[in-house]
Amino acid sequence: MSVLAASTTSTGEAVQFWVLGTVAVIGALCTILLRKAVHSALCLAGTMIILAVFYLANGAYFLGVVQIVVYTGAIMMLFLFVVMLVGVTAADSVKETIKGQRWWAAACALGFGILLAGGIGNASLTEFDGLGTANAAYGGNVEGIAALVFTKYVFAFEITGALLITAAVGAMVLTHRERTERARTQRELAEQRVREGTHLPPLPAPGVYARHNAVDIAGLLPDGTPADLTVISTLRKRGQIRDVSGEALADLKALEQRSEERLGRDREDVRDIRDQVPDRDRDEEEASR
Amino acid sequence: MNPVNYLYLAALLFTIGATGVLIRRNAIVLFMCVELMLNACNLAFVAFSRMHGNLDGQVIAFFTMVVAAAEVVVGLAIIVSVFRARHSASVDDASLMKL
Repeated sequence: MSVLAASTTSTGEAVQFWVLGTVAVIGALCTILLRKAVHSALCLAGTMIILAVFYLANGAYFLGVVQIVVYTGAIMMLFLFVVMLVGVTAADSVKETIKGQRWWAAACALGFGILLAGGIGNASLTEFDGLGTANAAYGGNVEGIAALVFTKYVFAFEITGALLITAAVGAMVLTHRERTERARTQRELAEQRVREGTHLPPLPAPGVYARHNAVDIAGLLPDGTPADLTVISTLRKRGQIRDVSGEALADLKALEQRSEERLGRDREDVRDIRDQVPDRDRDEEEASR
Repeated sequence: MNPVNYLYLAALLFTIGATGVLIRRNAIVLFMCVELMLNACNLAFVAFSRMHGNLDGQVIAFFTMVVAAAEVVVGLAIIVSVFRARHSASVDDASLMKL
């Protein structure tokens, strides 16, 4: 223990801890409780930003910035990319495959949390040194970490480089697909299409004219039913077609009703005029008489 | 406030992450929960670094971040290739070797 040992932090840091800590726990709970993966990712990003603030408050200035740049900037965006790739609408199933698994998991988590809290509570951690001297030893936090990384932990640092290269190569190997056959030319594709004779012209475009131009919305046939052929096969296989035929039919019905009303009113107007005209004629006749 | 509260917060976040790993099925969300647990560990490292007045804890947290980045890259590549093969990211569907 150094001479600078203290037992409490400043009041400002305490307020920051309780406010942001609450938000961080709520974000973590939302991460595990929300059903859509995108929402989970966004909540986790929020929690990570709050952790970055905590790092800064603890005097770890370098780690605080790295946390924002690497975790929320790179890793969470990578997560979002993969979520978009895998299907953003795919929600998690709520069906339990093992009976009562959720309650057992909650019970285990409660026990584990109590165990951890008990361990921390039993340790004698009433005083702390603070990073003032450690940060000042080499002229700053970044310089202090650099001095450690390049002297005491230099071997681990080199291994880290090897790990990163292996990870990059591994990711490329895993996602790369070797083409096993020659790509067919446009001529061959055209000939095949003619030979099959099922659908010669290009496929019809998706979307409903002047209303929806999204690729996942099937175009409508003249009778108002959706034409699945207009949506690309990937979305068709995933079942991610949005159907607006009901909406379009309702719009059509409303339009017809409105025109009906308008026509009906016009007819009434005409009848009114026709009723009025003889009256006026009669009036004029009476006047002239 | 004593900085030991940061340790309690780290323990709570780690527990929440572990619960998420137990109850969720989507492989991507499982990965996010693992990331949450790693972050909780980092917070504990940083808090310990402050308590003991040396920077070793921060260096270890830095290495954890690097390892987490490598792990996420490989893990997400595995998820993408599994999704390509099976059209599902649920960990329950990958049960080909089950009796």
